[in-house]
Amino acid sequence: MSDFEQPVLSVSLLNKQYGNGCASCRSSRRDRLIKNYCPVCGTVYACRDITFEVHAGEILGVVGESGSGKSTLMQCLYFDQDVSGGGAYISAYKNGQANIFAESSQQKRYIRNHIMGKVYQNPVMGLKMDFTAIGNIAEKLIAAGNRNVGRMEARGMGLLEHVNIPVYRAKEVPKNFSGGMRQRVQIAKALSNNPPLLLLDEVTTGLDLPVQASVLDLIKKIQRERDISVVVVSHDLGVIRMLADRTVVMLDGRIIEQGLTDQILEDPQHNYTQHLVQALLG
Amino acid sequence: MEEILAVEHLSKSFTIHNLGKQIEVLRDINIAVKEGEFIGITGKSGSGKSTVLKCVYRTYAPQEGGIWYNSKEFGLINLMKASDRQVIYLRKHEIGYVSQFLNVMPRTTAWGLIKQAVLEMGHEENYAKREAEKMLKHFELDSGLWDSYPVTFSGGEKLRLNIAMAMVKHPRLLLLDEPTASLDFASKLKVKELIEQLIKEGTTMMGIFHDLEFMANLCNRRYEMSDGKLVYIIPKNLQ
Repeated sequence: MSDFEQPVLSVSLLNKQYGNGCASCRSSRRDRLIKNYCPVCGTVYACRDITFEVHAGEILGVVGESGSGKSTLMQCLYFDQDVSGGGAYISAYKNGQANIFAESSQQKRYIRNHIMGKVYQNPVMGLKMDFTAIGNIAEKLIAAGNRNVGRMEARGMGLLEHVNIPVYRAKEVPKNFSGGMRQRVQIAKALSNNPPLLLLDEVTTGLDLPVQASVLDLIKKIQRERDISVVVVSHDLGVIRMLADRTVVMLDGRIIEQGLTDQILEDPQHNYTQHLVQALLG
Repeated sequence: MEEILAVEHLSKSFTIHNLGKQIEVLRDINIAVKEGEFIGITGKSGSGKSTVLKCVYRTYAPQEGGIWYNSKEFGLINLMKASDRQVIYLRKHEIGYVSQFLNVMPRTTAWGLIKQAVLEMGHEENYAKREAEKMLKHFELDSGLWDSYPVTFSGGEKLRLNIAMAMVKHPRLLLLDEPTASLDFASKLKVKELIEQLIKEGTTMMGIFHDLEFMANLCNRRYEMSDGKLVYIIPKNLQ
């Protein structure tokens, strides 16, 4: 193993702000901000200088309280929102030499359809509720250039079976599905083009415990079998402890601590991380 | 014999921000371990025994000193300064850790857990299956339990599974953190047999035990700790 192997995803100084900023908050004296909000002009600095790497076959956890910028980070990485600055590089795209945020819309679509899969907290964001389960998967396959209906159907059925959706329900719309089933269809859809990178945004939030457990088992199983890299956002440290090899902790749009997951949980260094671990794990 | 681990002037303190406190847990710890040795650490609860092992395993981040490990992959490496990636690699391939608690993925069978440990090292499925079966037999886990979830196991069975998961990787260095705590006498004897077997196989080990009788004649050296410091070293013939 070389420690200098190219990461699957490398994020460098990613910034996202809502508002144009003013002389007060643009100056180096960011301490005038209240958390990540400028009281003078109302600009919110949702992500500030976010830098991290994800390596092959690794699960990276992102934790933090509500409003810390976790989901914004995920949305920026999946092009749901434009970034205000910074870059991200994916080894599977132009050999990691191109800043994906600076690419054209067409190229961004290509990256979304071939290189990344995302599972949203709210299935309404990730699924078309009036398409059938298998239709949702076909949509992603078509977007990636597939046109053979028979092959797409076989692939879709295989994926749905893999995520434990009964084949006889494949042609039902997700509106009829339970929360856990919807998440599983989202996972199948995200995996449909064999992406090397999977983004999971609070996938177990709002699900009851046994369903949470089955979704987590499924994620772990898929990650093991396909050896893909995963970024998993959660405010539940139990989820992170179970899944992640390494973890980054976010507060007010910044990464305040990152390291091995067991080290973050057992020997947190930052005041906020200690507070978070105490509050959530006791 | 070559030295495999050298803990030099290791100090560790915990800063508890909300109490405004700094607790010094380890002070100037020096331990040298040669290949194939079994080193024991004893001392009262709170003397810092587990902290030493957790610093070596990098669950804790020590502040001062050095933890030099002679790795097959990286050569001589200071574990305190090794990157997270390097530590993850070493945990998968070279350094094993067994605690008294079995902390594993729920809803995974005993067989699946051991198999997973082999797969993590990059081996293929069939090889992993064979190795897992070998380990389950080796540690005499009843074949009826192989496809059961560990949550249903007894303390002794959990421990054997825990050690099997670490041993299946054939680690060069095995850290044992009070693996016999809360076990009955028969299970303790079983663990003792396992350790004797590992010694024969040449596995380097560092172990914490409360039970001095249990450790007698097992370790090459025993380090007694008190109040975060090593107070004396007892050679094998005086144990």
